[in-house]
Amino acid sequence: MDPECSQLLPALCAVLADPRQPMADDTCLEKLLDWFKTITEAGSSLLLLQENPCLVELLCHVLKPQDLSSRVLSFSLRLTGVFAAQEDCFQYLQQGELLPRLFGEAGPLGGAAWTAPTVRSGWIQGLRSLAQHPSALHFLADCGAVDTIFSLQGDSSLFVASAAGQLLVHILSLSMRGLAEGPPGLQADDWPPCAQKIVGHIEESLRSTATPQITQALNVLTTTFSHCHDPWTQVLWVRLHPLVAALLEKDPVPAAHSLVDLLLSVARSPGLSSSSCGLWETLAQTVSHLSPTQAGLLALGILKLQDCPQALRAQAFAVLLQPLACVLKATAQGPGPSGLLDSTAADSVTADMLPPSKAACVGLLCRTLAHLELLLPLPQRPCPWPQVPLLGAAVTLLQLCGGSGSPASDAGRQLCALLLGCVRVQRAALDFLGTLSQETGPPELVTQVFAVLLEYLRSPDSSPTVLKKAFQATFRWLLSSPRTPGCSDLDSDAVLFLRELLPVLQKRLCSPCWEVRDSSLEFLTQMTRRWGGQAGFRHALLASEVPRLTEQLLRDPESYVRASAVTAMGQLSSQGLCVPSAGPEHPGGQQKSLLGELLHILSADSEGFPRRAVMQVFTQWLRDSHADVVGDTEQFVAGVLQVAGQDLDWEVRAQGLELALVFLEQTLGLSRSHCPYAVTPPVAAPAGPLTQALQSLCRVRLFEFAFRALFDCDRPVAQKSCDLLLLLRAKTASSSSLQEPRSSPDVASVEAALQRWRAGDQAQPLGDLEPEVVLAVLRSMDLEGLRGALAESSDHVEKSPQSLLQDMLATVGIRGENEADCY
Amino acid sequence: LKLCKYCLSGHPTLPCNVLKFKSTTIMLDCGLDMTSTLNFLPLPLVQSPRLSNLPGWSLKDGSAFLDKELKECSGHVFVDSVPEFCLPETELIDLSTVDVILISNYHCMMALPYITEHTGFTGTVYATEPTVQIGRLLMEELVNFIERVPKAQSASLWKNKDIQRLLPSPLKDAVEVSTWRRCYTMQEVNSALSKIQLVGYSQKIELFGAVQVTPLSSGYALGSSNWIIQSHYEKVSYVSGSSLLTTHPQPMDQASLKNSDVLILTGLTQIPTANPDGMVGEFCSNLALTVRNGGNVLVPCYPSGVIYDLLECLYQYIDSAGLSNIPFYFISPVANSSLEFSQIFAEWLCHNKQTKVYLPEPPFPHAELIQTNKLKHYPSLHGDFSSDFRQPCVVFTGHPSLRFGDVVHFMELWGKSSLNTVIFTEPDFSYLEALAPYQPLAMKCIYCPIDTRLNFIQVSKLLKEVQPLHVVCPEQYTQPPPAQSHRMDLMIDCQPPAMSYRRAEVLALPFKRRYEKIEIMPELADALVPMEIKPGISLATVSAVLHTKDNKHVLQPPPRPAQPSGGKKRKRASEDIPDCKVLKPLLSGSIPVEQFVQTLEKHGFSDIKVEDTAKGHIVLLQEAETLIQIEEDSTHIICDNDEMLRVRLRDLVLKFLQKF
Repeated sequence: MDPECSQLLPALCAVLADPRQPMADDTCLEKLLDWFKTITEAGSSLLLLQENPCLVELLCHVLKPQDLSSRVLSFSLRLTGVFAAQEDCFQYLQQGELLPRLFGEAGPLGGAAWTAPTVRSGWIQGLRSLAQHPSALHFLADCGAVDTIFSLQGDSSLFVASAAGQLLVHILSLSMRGLAEGPPGLQADDWPPCAQKIVGHIEESLRSTATPQITQALNVLTTTFSHCHDPWTQVLWVRLHPLVAALLEKDPVPAAHSLVDLLLSVARSPGLSSSSCGLWETLAQTVSHLSPTQAGLLALGILKLQDCPQALRAQAFAVLLQPLACVLKATAQGPGPSGLLDSTAADSVTADMLPPSKAACVGLLCRTLAHLELLLPLPQRPCPWPQVPLLGAAVTLLQLCGGSGSPASDAGRQLCALLLGCVRVQRAALDFLGTLSQETGPPELVTQVFAVLLEYLRSPDSSPTVLKKAFQATFRWLLSSPRTPGCSDLDSDAVLFLRELLPVLQKRLCSPCWEVRDSSLEFLTQMTRRWGGQAGFRHALLASEVPRLTEQLLRDPESYVRASAVTAMGQLSSQGLCVPSAGPEHPGGQQKSLLGELLHILSADSEGFPRRAVMQVFTQWLRDSHADVVGDTEQFVAGVLQVAGQDLDWEVRAQGLELALVFLEQTLGLSRSHCPYAVTPPVAAPAGPLTQALQSLCRVRLFEFAFRALFDCDRPVAQKSCDLLLLLRAKTASSSSLQEPRSSPDVASVEAALQRWRAGDQAQPLGDLEPEVVLAVLRSMDLEGLRGALAESSDHVEKSPQSLLQDMLATVGIRGENEADCY
Repeated sequence: LKLCKYCLSGHPTLPCNVLKFKSTTIMLDCGLDMTSTLNFLPLPLVQSPRLSNLPGWSLKDGSAFLDKELKECSGHVFVDSVPEFCLPETELIDLSTVDVILISNYHCMMALPYITEHTGFTGTVYATEPTVQIGRLLMEELVNFIERVPKAQSASLWKNKDIQRLLPSPLKDAVEVSTWRRCYTMQEVNSALSKIQLVGYSQKIELFGAVQVTPLSSGYALGSSNWIIQSHYEKVSYVSGSSLLTTHPQPMDQASLKNSDVLILTGLTQIPTANPDGMVGEFCSNLALTVRNGGNVLVPCYPSGVIYDLLECLYQYIDSAGLSNIPFYFISPVANSSLEFSQIFAEWLCHNKQTKVYLPEPPFPHAELIQTNKLKHYPSLHGDFSSDFRQPCVVFTGHPSLRFGDVVHFMELWGKSSLNTVIFTEPDFSYLEALAPYQPLAMKCIYCPIDTRLNFIQVSKLLKEVQPLHVVCPEQYTQPPPAQSHRMDLMIDCQPPAMSYRRAEVLALPFKRRYEKIEIMPELADALVPMEIKPGISLATVSAVLHTKDNKHVLQPPPRPAQPSGGKKRKRASEDIPDCKVLKPLLSGSIPVEQFVQTLEKHGFSDIKVEDTAKGHIVLLQEAETLIQIEEDSTHIICDNDEMLRVRLRDLVLKFLQKF
């Protein structure tokens, strides 16, 4: 600890011990504790206490009966734990009887302060910290803390209850670590007394008839098996396994969720060899005992396991698929297996296995779909993957929800009535359908997929979120539609589909609901980016009204829509898909160029999103050498930088720097490849002499923009500008032709102006700059230092422990003054 | 007494039923089924060469005697005549006996002139003020549409049963063509409307002292009502055209429908699969799409109702959709009145709009659209309209059947261009049938029917809420629609199952009247001497004359008997006036068997045996060979010819009973 802090500490301890000066802000106490943790991790706690007796005084002081705030009490308990984590310090505190008085029955445990959850929590965390060595174990046994922890497992505060469970696991693990001669036997006598006590308690809880107790025991075990992988855990499982298995014989199975968690954590534990402990049998038994709503998560967990018997995997997969099999069965046109389950399992499936209540049925179906969606991309997913029936199930569900399904059976009709218009299932099924596009399916089924997607895109009843998901799924299916590998073009069926899709898109672009217009534009952008160069797509798009409607949405009243329209128009224009507009908005036939329109948005739009979108489009255009830009690139860049530099939105300014960087790289002839393994073109096109390049940069006033950004009040902008200038300096350093003496009058005036800018007065422009002056200024600036300063977080000065202590004292001091004012 | 319901209309949303209830005959609504007009050629406002040059239709054998009456257009056959309407059934019941007609909303009164003017009807019609005013507008518009295009020809040959059989569908299948009638005149409308008595929501109207009727807000249209028809012990609810959506009218009053014995349910949504919100979105999207592409939009509609909501949606939408420069035209002979009436019925509007009355702004925003010249209205396309007319534009005009009104002209004018769109929002007519005489048509057609009436999910919630004992509804509601037979959700599902009816059917409603309220004259009441037979329950015998007049029953004191003078006379007098006979006292109470046996023993009877029977007990006096049968409501003493013994036993029995 540095001397300054040591000096402040006694005053702070006095403040903390004074009940009349309550700490307003307990984040200070947390920071203080963190600081003590770092100190004790680095050095001896004992020394710390000896050098700063005020700390022990504080700990002693809190034990006196007084109105100390529960926060300070809790803090003191935790602080004691931090110190006592080192065995010598533990002994030191033990000598002073401080530990039993703080954590024993004489301490807060029996007092009124115990009613505050924060004190109970501090007590647990203090013990958690100090329980690091054998002496601590003896202490815990002697002061009867373990029994208190048992009771705290059922605490009314969830934080306290959960921490109590974790502490038990920690103590168990600590006491087992003490065993010198390998794992214990199954006999109780072989176990250390503390561990024996805890395991005994768990056994008792597992035998209990009260579900909360069983849940607590299962949670403790789950934490144990997920955190401890020592050999003793296997013995523990062998010992407790019969009790866990016995839970399955109860009807209903108590604490099913916790049981599932436990079994999965055991199965995942590397410390256990699953085959020898009857785990697979228990898992199989559990999967068959639990209701479909409870078993889904377990089945998913089993399928994610790496080494699991094939039979169990098959069983788990069947459980996971069962709800969808029910749906297929209920809606099947004729008898015969749906193909989702094997024939024996399929026979036992009936449609009425789905819960009869709407909420339960919808919940089950949504969970099932989400589980399968998680499973699909995994390497260990079941093989063969039933792609075709799953696709069928997703389509059927969507048809049922959309009202286009026509089930023949009564069960199907009931299901239809249950699911009709259900947005949750629609969303889940569309997500799932989108994921299924990673695999393909038979053509007739794919046709059905596109038909149901089109139905959703068309339906006036599709909610905006459902519609968005339908767009996403459609895009994914279009992506996966080429049948010839390596060919990125849309196949003829997809083009036919596109012909039907575009009128729908047209209508959606005119929707009164802005979310719909927005997601339609996003979809259009995605499509154009992907297939904008493809003849079939281009032809269909140009034959539709979509480009013109998109152009009109640049003037949408909703800023998000305008932003999406900007992005979409930028993309369309890049691909040469913009149509000159002749809509009613431009009766004279006179119309602005898109560039002009976007510049207008950049300078006049009141919202940030459209302006940011414009900057992104411009950057992309510059990168792609867009026709509108290539004509007079310098004028374009100069115009954009001038507007962007005055923008109030820092993201627009930052994007301006991105555009400046692209221009700089192009002008200097730098190839920009962030990937070290990328193939660079053999020779970067020579970009003319450096002087010319710099003159070009000066003409577009790039430096003025960058220097201004360097002193931007938003750190990301300043950082970006700093990086840009550093890059430029590095690239020009090698050039000797531009070496100029530093002391030219021009350089001095620029430096003076920059000084003023730095001070906050940015009114005065820099005027026309010469390349030589710029380089001289660049060389004279401490850009590295600036970058270092910017890299520090903004509170780096205020973060020091000394400042923390001062702050804490100051707040109390102010309070004291206010108090004095009152008299 | 039974409750009967006569169904005069098969159209579930344009009902016409007659209820016979407690000697009153009440007609519930008189809707006019106008779908019959779809069989006729449109009446063009401006001479249409296309329509007048349609070829005549001839029979398969080539005989062309019908070619003056029937014309063919794109494979469909139409009657070339003044359009005719299918009236409610007039044969099922003598309509002159109808005492009152209750109207639930302005769409359900269009047949009123036919009933009040041509059947000998002499009763009263009850309706709310907006219903009458807007109903008048609808009738006026209808009469105007038809009368301003006089048609010399009236076809009747095709109606001949033998000939009709030879015609192609749908003419062949048209029902009751012989009863179809031409439109009424304005004079008949005025006369019919003069028979209406205005009522307000929750107002109680006594009908002949027998029945009380009350209109309740139904939430569907301005002034639309459901009706409660009740006596002291029976309650019939008539729910017709109700809506739970938040649109412009006052919300539906559901609570008052509780405790109904019978709930008659008609006027549910005609398009149960179309959600009105989605349809409004669809309407706006398609409108904007068309206009942005430089096309015109035609919206065939009624002059009142959904149009208010559409204008309100457009008011919010046009600026955001960049349509501020597009003119909106509303063309109807009653356009002005309709727009203005809507603003003055504040008390009939939803809460939100009612509160606007206290602000300096009108309840409906269409006023602002008119002020800013975005919405213009004209009585007809002749006159000012033709000089103001600017394209592209949006035109709201009638009639939704596309058979008469200004809409016919716009269909002819814009039908040839695929830039234009006709958007159907009224659900009353099949849009495909409406378009049939305009084929081939290049114009785009969008069907977004907006029907805010109850759907089946709302009905099932409503029924759960109000819990009527019986539900009666048109047969169409008891099964899924034929085109969607798997949609079990598109039918009424209630317990006990709803009773259904169809056109020209008489239905005995499934409950019996058991009680009637009777008043007692004060002097008679004074003379009563009640006796408490149980705590809180007293009884008294009454001798009185029951006087019934105007469905009110009154107990009056009996006329005083003539003074008795002699034995003979007295006997005769008592025979003549049985009311005045001195009655034996009435008995009440029950006989506790054990105590009765003890009493018998005390009075010297011995050898008593008690047997239990299904209904009570038998006490056997074996020595006396006598049997006393005690049941809940009777006691018999059976002994052989020993009157003395019987009387003794009787007196012992009577001791246990109360007399009064």
